[in-house]
Amino acid sequence: MSSPVKLPGQHYLNAAYGIKSWLLTTDHKRIAWLYLASITLFFFVGGFFAVLIRLELMTPQGDLVEAETYNKLFTMHGLFMIFFFLIPSIPAVLGNFLVPMMIGAPDLAFPRLNLASWYIYIAGATLALVAAVTGGVDTGWTFYTPYSSIYSNTNVVLAALGIFITGFSSILTGINFIVTIHKMRAPGLTWFRLPLFIWAHYATSIIMVLGTPVLAVTIVLVAIERIFRIGFFDPALGGDPVLFQHLFWFYSHPAVYIMILPGMGVISELVTCFSRKRIFGYSFVAFSSLAIAVVGFLVWGHHMFVSSQSVYASMIFSILSFVVAVPSAIKVFNWTATLYKGSISLQTPMLYALGFIGLFTIGGMTGLALAALGLDVHVHDTYFVVAHFHYIMVGGMVMAYLGGLHFWWPKMTGRMYPEWWGRLSALIIFVGFNLAFFPQFLLGYLGMPRRYHAYPEEFQVLNVMSSAGASILGIGYLIPMIYFIWSMRYGAQAGPNPWQAKGLEWQTPSPPPTENFPITPVVTEDAYAYSQEEAAVV
Amino acid sequence: MSDVQTTLAHQFEDPDQQHEAASLGMWAFLITEIMFFGGLFAAYTVYRIQYPAAFVTASHLLDYKLGAVNTAVLICSSLTMALAVRAAQLGQRRNLIVFLILTMTLGTTFLGIKAAEYTHKFHERLIPGPNFTPNVSPNREAQLFFLLYYSMTGLHALHMVIGIGVLTWLLVRAVRGHFSHEYYSPVEMSGLYWHFVDIVWIYLFPLLYLVR
Amino acid sequence: MAHQVVPPKVYLMIFATLLLLTLVTLDVAFFNLGILNTPIALTIASVKATLVILYFMHVRYAPRLTWVFAGAGFIWLVILLAFTLSDYYSRHWLPLPTGWTSSR
Repeated sequence: MSSPVKLPGQHYLNAAYGIKSWLLTTDHKRIAWLYLASITLFFFVGGFFAVLIRLELMTPQGDLVEAETYNKLFTMHGLFMIFFFLIPSIPAVLGNFLVPMMIGAPDLAFPRLNLASWYIYIAGATLALVAAVTGGVDTGWTFYTPYSSIYSNTNVVLAALGIFITGFSSILTGINFIVTIHKMRAPGLTWFRLPLFIWAHYATSIIMVLGTPVLAVTIVLVAIERIFRIGFFDPALGGDPVLFQHLFWFYSHPAVYIMILPGMGVISELVTCFSRKRIFGYSFVAFSSLAIAVVGFLVWGHHMFVSSQSVYASMIFSILSFVVAVPSAIKVFNWTATLYKGSISLQTPMLYALGFIGLFTIGGMTGLALAALGLDVHVHDTYFVVAHFHYIMVGGMVMAYLGGLHFWWPKMTGRMYPEWWGRLSALIIFVGFNLAFFPQFLLGYLGMPRRYHAYPEEFQVLNVMSSAGASILGIGYLIPMIYFIWSMRYGAQAGPNPWQAKGLEWQTPSPPPTENFPITPVVTEDAYAYSQEEAAVV
Repeated sequence: MSDVQTTLAHQFEDPDQQHEAASLGMWAFLITEIMFFGGLFAAYTVYRIQYPAAFVTASHLLDYKLGAVNTAVLICSSLTMALAVRAAQLGQRRNLIVFLILTMTLGTTFLGIKAAEYTHKFHERLIPGPNFTPNVSPNREAQLFFLLYYSMTGLHALHMVIGIGVLTWLLVRAVRGHFSHEYYSPVEMSGLYWHFVDIVWIYLFPLLYLVR
Repeated sequence: MAHQVVPPKVYLMIFATLLLLTLVTLDVAFFNLGILNTPIALTIASVKATLVILYFMHVRYAPRLTWVFAGAGFIWLVILLAFTLSDYYSRHWLPLPTGWTSSR
């Protein structure tokens, strides 16, 4: 690191003190912290259910919990991880903090709306927590009808209401980002000079704005059916349960891209910075984000291959699912091409980025296997699917989230995290993750169905491996949490730009002042104007 | 100019940027509204295709005259809303207040007629559920139609209620003289919302009342 | 703020057209045109909606970006409907396997 630097005297963290200054703040940087604290909480809530699931699956017999309890465990694991951790993770924390800074704006376009969206998130999450502690939900996070709307005896309405409310938080964040990116860019910052992080968040926001309301109204219909016992989806009344699946997946498949696109944005930033190179094929990476957002809306039927969906519709959805893999492949290709002949330094964020590229590729390729109509019928609802989406969401998104958090931690706090511990935990997470989830591909291929609390004896070895890996993964997640908190007080001072990175957010002190930039910056060059000569500095 | 300075939020450079941001944000919000109603329209389409005859029978139980009158009422209210925005643009405070009150009155009229319709249906036991009137022949499917009818018009009515609430807030601000020809974004944005709600009804009317 | 102020005459003309089209909708509904009834009703409704969007909501005078936004909502609605219906319309193309009966 370069010579010792002093923290700026006045910055957004010490601009005001007291609980009220946080709970009533409209500063996007402080709201990012509110989100960081709350999603971390829900990450551990979701993780708690995961621990119980893996404990139960250590042995073939269902000896730790009853089948009904197990149903609740995997439902609430999915529910909290997806709606209250993954979907808000990068957009609401890193996006909130960085979108205005990266485009040279003093704040988001609607700061009060931004704060409101956090409160809405908290309201929804609280309801879901109440639903969890007062008996839980056992429908699976997908709430398939008519089980959810007629037969389940659990807290479906309360949990659904929580998700309904949280959906609006997501919508408001999306609107805020779209307007901010359109209208608040600094002078000279044209669309094709924007960091790819911004493109990714723009694409994510499109999905949030267009998809979330459909989920919201669908949830309302389920609640109506449940409360009044009259229904849209009840076959006894002429309704069609498959209609629910159409409406649900119209949002929930694109929601997968809400979870992964911001991660891709983070990776583009990390790969360029730590290989000291311009991104290979900037416009391809930028447009592939938009392509994923648009084509991602045309593939939802691949979740319904065995749900009595018409074979012809399934064929169309299958082909389109292959099409949506193209922009993702473009990104992976361009990241690796960026690494080629770069001067790569393996700092912690870069370790996460490399982990992302490898694991996301495995997740994506197995996704193609699942998109193939014939093969999917074989592995549908097996652990192959479970392994596939965990490679995307945990191997992909959580890696990107942690990589981004390490990369921008110095900007957020003004202090460095301990590098040695950082690299160690990145490695632990990588090893633990693969040990936890690779065996699940094998289990699924061998025919172990998902969502059962007991299984035949021959699956035990692989399941024990998986549970062991999950424990290592858990330790890997705890270490960063400890050293991040430690570094807030004892970490080395970072200075404005510890990584010698390009991008507007690095041109202001760390931590930044409340207004982000003392004077509005003017942009004169493309994003990622790295040159190899500077490499020696890091 | 002091007016402009007090109404310019700190994150914006100038009033134009603020106005454009508000307008874009409103349109993005309207997109979510389209998709929100969109889920119901999708359900409607699927069931109508599956049960065409039942939808005709059930639709005959609605009073198309009341629906038509309500359509006219809403179109009138859209006109007065548009004129209210115009008055705000020109800084005509008196006209603004008059047109806001007219719009609110028309909106309330719409809701009144809607409430009368609901009451009437209630007395005819056209409420989906075990007590649904047995006089309709494809009973099960007619219940689906009425469920869609209540959900769609109910959600629409909820939007009207919110709209009237927003107009009340505008009225208070207009009376206090908060708007000028330089600052009228809230009036314009509320107008966009009001017209959107009108558009939803333009589709609901033939889809619910005129299935023949 | 340089914003288009629309003359009241335009508003009144649009208003009259909208009322007229409502009457046409009513009129058409009572002619039996077979399967054409609904498409015609929806076309008229779309014309009305377009008029409201273009004039009352000022999109005609707005920058291109507003056009894109207004259009996006409707395009996505079409995506939702079209792909959902692709399932429902093609479900009965394949004969049922022997031994199964259809609910309809």
